Amino acid sequence: MSAPLLAVDGLVKSFGANRAVDDVSLRVDPGEVVGLLGANGAGKTTVIRMLLGLLRPDEGDAHLFGSPPSLESRRNLGYVPQGLGLYQELTVAENVAFSAQAYDTTPAPLTGALADVADRLVSQVPLGLQRRAAFVCALQHRPQALVLDEPTSGVDPLARARLWDTVREQADAGVGVLVTTHYMQEARQCDRLVLMSRGRVVGRGSERDIVGDTVAVLVHTDQWQRAFQTLDAAGVPVTLAGRDVRAVGVEAADVAGQLARGGLDADVERVPATIDERMTLLARAPVAS
Amino acid sequence: MSAGVSNLTVRFGDTIALDDVTVDVPPGRISAVVGGDGAGKTTLMRALVGRVAPSHGHISSPPEQEIGYQPATSGTWPDLTVDENLAFVGGMYGLSTAALHRRRDELLDRSGLTAARDRLASRLSGGMRTKLGFCMALMHNPSLLVLDEPSTGVDPVSRVELWRLLAESAASGTAVVLATTYMDEGERAAYVTVLDRGRALLAGPPAQVVASFPGTVVTTPRPVRQEMSWRHADGYREWWPDGTAPGGRTVDLDLEDVAIVAALQTENGANA
Repeated sequence: MSAPLLAVDGLVKSFGANRAVDDVSLRVDPGEVVGLLGANGAGKTTVIRMLLGLLRPDEGDAHLFGSPPSLESRRNLGYVPQGLGLYQELTVAENVAFSAQAYDTTPAPLTGALADVADRLVSQVPLGLQRRAAFVCALQHRPQALVLDEPTSGVDPLARARLWDTVREQADAGVGVLVTTHYMQEARQCDRLVLMSRGRVVGRGSERDIVGDTVAVLVHTDQWQRAFQTLDAAGVPVTLAGRDVRAVGVEAADVAGQLARGGLDADVERVPATIDERMTLLARAPVAS
Repeated sequence: MSAGVSNLTVRFGDTIALDDVTVDVPPGRISAVVGGDGAGKTTLMRALVGRVAPSHGHISSPPEQEIGYQPATSGTWPDLTVDENLAFVGGMYGLSTAALHRRRDELLDRSGLTAARDRLASRLSGGMRTKLGFCMALMHNPSLLVLDEPSTGVDPVSRVELWRLLAESAASGTAVVLATTYMDEGERAAYVTVLDRGRALLAGPPAQVVASFPGTVVTTPRPVRQEMSWRHADGYREWWPDGTAPGGRTVDLDLEDVAIVAALQTENGANA
């Protein structure tokens, strides 16, 4: 097994009485794309801040390229924050030049549509191109690892696919990538996933591993409105799927029973839950003492 | 007559924000408009609430007092508390004090915000602020609810809750239309329109849009045609028009795949 590029081991961090991160370990190896998932407040950002050396853990270790995080080791890292970290009042080319200087490298050439907007202020460039500019800034010093925070939120599917093209090229060249995301389409692009809830790691592996044996109950009916209202009124966690209704955390037989009592004719089917549904169940579960 | 737009074109100077778009927003249904930045979603939402005039085509909407609108910025006032935000909107629509209090309590309860009613909107989490914006749009019991990206930047757990609120409204007969950048929300709606640079790329019930899309998508380590393939996970996906692919494993299409192929076709058509 090769040495991990990014690694945290047994991290613990409390803010007052709140144990924000509770015994978290994860690693990113060369050439792999790891997705870090979790609801807001699950502890993802706190883990990343400790990994980057911006926050000191109460317990456990963080390692960047085999040594504790430092100014020096952070230079081998590329980071695209959710807000993109671009200067709105500078042009695209100025942003790229500024970031190149900060990393002591030469500015990367701008290509394609990005070249067309090189001299425009970032604030006047469409979001999809801003995201590409942020990627250029994060990649031009040839980092060994990338940390991306919701890298493709807000762009259309084709622009998203093209940004992932860039991420995958990096991984193919041996760069390790850690992606935090709320977005299931992005999660599916990753080689493996780590799911956090309330400061702890509660699932690892593929989408199927993360969902585990959590099932959802799919209700097919001509009267979704009534089915929805009946189950919602009974306190069952329900959501919509087109004209079907989905319920999680309940047995199919119970759902069928509720619907029958409401006088509704419906087909009820057990299906694997989605990651979102698993996260919703985790958020609803009583806090373990 | 249900709300909607037909053959709507909107120009701002030389820019065509919407190009011959038709979307129907009938009562009791959630209609989703999906697209990225610059697709024309906000223009469409604003057209439906009467804030953008058509250059061509037709907009039909109920009278203003029957429309609830949540702008992309969530529309909450940061320096007012949750209660004050709702009271302000209720006052704007001329609700009596008793009616306002009743409606406010009901909406706070439905959205799980009762415990936060005295908190300043600026102190709410993103998910709570979205729910507050949603309640504000619902204060006057509108027959048409127009929501511009209510779920952007909101975590999956809060999104599930938001969708419960949307579904409750639709189930009680409200016409609901929302703009979103999330394809999975398009898949969850009863009817989806995928917008791309002002044009409707795809439209219909999501399952039907996917099922009726021609051709086959396969996963493959090495795509044959660059212009009809894209990266997915550690390999590629490639689209073949006639259902017979020369190799690779056929995948179950989802709306994201179909939208990518449709956008590639448009792009290649434009380049041809």
